[in-house]
Amino acid sequence: MNPAMNPSSLPVGTPYFFYVLAGLAIAGGVLVITRRNAVHSALALIVTLLAVSGLYLMLYAPFVAGVQIIVYAGGIMVLFLFVIMLVNIDRAAKDRQFNRMWPVGLAAACVLLALFVSAIVKGKTLFPDRMMSLPESSNTQQIASMLYGEAGKMGQYTFAFEIASLLLLVAILGAVIMTRKKI
Amino acid sequence: MPNFVMSYLDPSVTGTPGAAGSQFWALIYVFIIFTGVSVAVMAMNWLERKALAHFQIRLGPMRVGPHGLLQPIADAIKLALKEDIIPAEADQFVFWVAPLIGLLAAFAVYVVIPFGPSQAVSDMNIGILFMLGVSSLGVLGIVVAGWASNSHYPLIGALRSSAQMVSYEVAMGLAVVSAILMTSMNASGTGTLSMIGIVQAQQQQGIWFIFKFFPLGFIAFGIFAIAMVAETNRAPFDMAEAESELTAGYHTEYSGLRWSLFMLAEYAAMISVSAIAITLWLGGWMRPFPNLLHAPAWDFIFSLFPGLTFLGLAAIAFIGTVRMPAHSFFRIQRAGLAAFAAVLGFIALLLLVIAVAGRSADASLAARFNQGIGYVYWFVLKVAVFMYLFIWYRATWPRYRFDQLMRIGWKVMLPIALGVLMLTAIVGVMVS
Repeated sequence: MNPAMNPSSLPVGTPYFFYVLAGLAIAGGVLVITRRNAVHSALALIVTLLAVSGLYLMLYAPFVAGVQIIVYAGGIMVLFLFVIMLVNIDRAAKDRQFNRMWPVGLAAACVLLALFVSAIVKGKTLFPDRMMSLPESSNTQQIASMLYGEAGKMGQYTFAFEIASLLLLVAILGAVIMTRKKI
Repeated sequence: MPNFVMSYLDPSVTGTPGAAGSQFWALIYVFIIFTGVSVAVMAMNWLERKALAHFQIRLGPMRVGPHGLLQPIADAIKLALKEDIIPAEADQFVFWVAPLIGLLAAFAVYVVIPFGPSQAVSDMNIGILFMLGVSSLGVLGIVVAGWASNSHYPLIGALRSSAQMVSYEVAMGLAVVSAILMTSMNASGTGTLSMIGIVQAQQQQGIWFIFKFFPLGFIAFGIFAIAMVAETNRAPFDMAEAESELTAGYHTEYSGLRWSLFMLAEYAAMISVSAIAITLWLGGWMRPFPNLLHAPAWDFIFSLFPGLTFLGLAAIAFIGTVRMPAHSFFRIQRAGLAAFAAVLGFIALLLLVIAVAGRSADASLAARFNQGIGYVYWFVLKVAVFMYLFIWYRATWPRYRFDQLMRIGWKVMLPIALGVLMLTAIVGVMVS
């Protein structure tokens, strides 16, 4: 507990919010892979994304939560739905799944599970054992100084950030070029 | 228990919204805002029909109540009693949930709208991000509604609407960023994303951001003002519900209460985007010239405005009463309008009394009320101007063709918005 925090401004009922949000995220995730109808899957994915954004808020990361809503729930999912709506859902639902990728999928899922289990087992050493004393109001500024650095100094993640933006730029250029009739 | 409630009622607790102990007030604000917005939507509905009619030299609704004043209530009752049809081939669940998505997104935005420095549900430090994000969720309702109807026109309407909203969101976001950059032009060089912080930054710098770095702020505001019309699917950008091409677009298959939920969401979204524009560029809750004319005498003069506005409305209603034809058929209408004028006059009197009693700047209850009424009044007045602009656009301009709309969004507004953003950053660095 951070003593500087006003006791009455501490969050109330935190575990319950966590369980509700985590439950929503998991339920949404299960629905995404079990629904035959792609639009229903997409809607369930939106529920998951919003629940995860709620979890970010509980981790005192409001900026990440806001960006999660704008980019994923607002931007990407609209485009997903845009594409899915053009697919003939009735026929797609009747089609048998034609790819034979389930062994690869199973292996990937096992690796991810192992990662999670190891994170939980080693959690004590990997993560700080108390709540961050980071004041919520300067979260955006802290992210900015990590990415871009304070006056004159390079930030901790400037290089990685610039590489990621270059990658996105390449993807955008690729999309633009693909719309041209002759390449 | 009574002590618990009374401690919340202590006015000093409400100093900062969303902070310690004001969950109670946040709840009350939620109720007030929900009621207020619903009433505003009904009023807007009436005003739009009346104003559009007068633009076209018609009378508009005249039968239900004096000058059709009760028409929105009649409409609401009609819609609530109408048969609720779900097409047989529609996707039942998605059809049912689509209007709720739109409505939730439209109303969730009001959580961060500051009607005054402490007259808000919450002061999130990511206020403007939250607002842009949640208002962009509204398009999901439209898209999903169009798809679930399982019909051609709604699907085309939904496709158009999603393409249009995604395109204009880009220019809109860049314009917003250039306004946020302006908040960091202070001694410490740190800006803010909080809606209340943005207005306070304008107060500190002594200038509305629309006039800052002229014409940069003005251009950014212009881009936002165009993009927000497109975002809310209003004329001349109402491609999603172009009645001459798509019957009613995405809500063709909807009827009764569900249809009215779409309308409620659309008008609530109009009010909330206007509120963003006002908060970012037009000084939010501040009265005109708060720094230049800050003498107590000026404070008093400006605090008379709310009362005088209601007095003017009462006078209009009174003139309407006098001018009503002297036929026995109009007896009830005349009595109703006279009563309406009396109510408006009473509110005006109350506001004037508060303005006079609270003219001293001390912490008395009347002074606090006076201040609060001032904040909310100026904010609502600015929103009302924007609402009128929406009607005016609709009456004035013909609808765009879809390719023209896309060309303007991507080839005109986006480059200008990028240029303004860069210039704002350069000028900001050079000035500080």
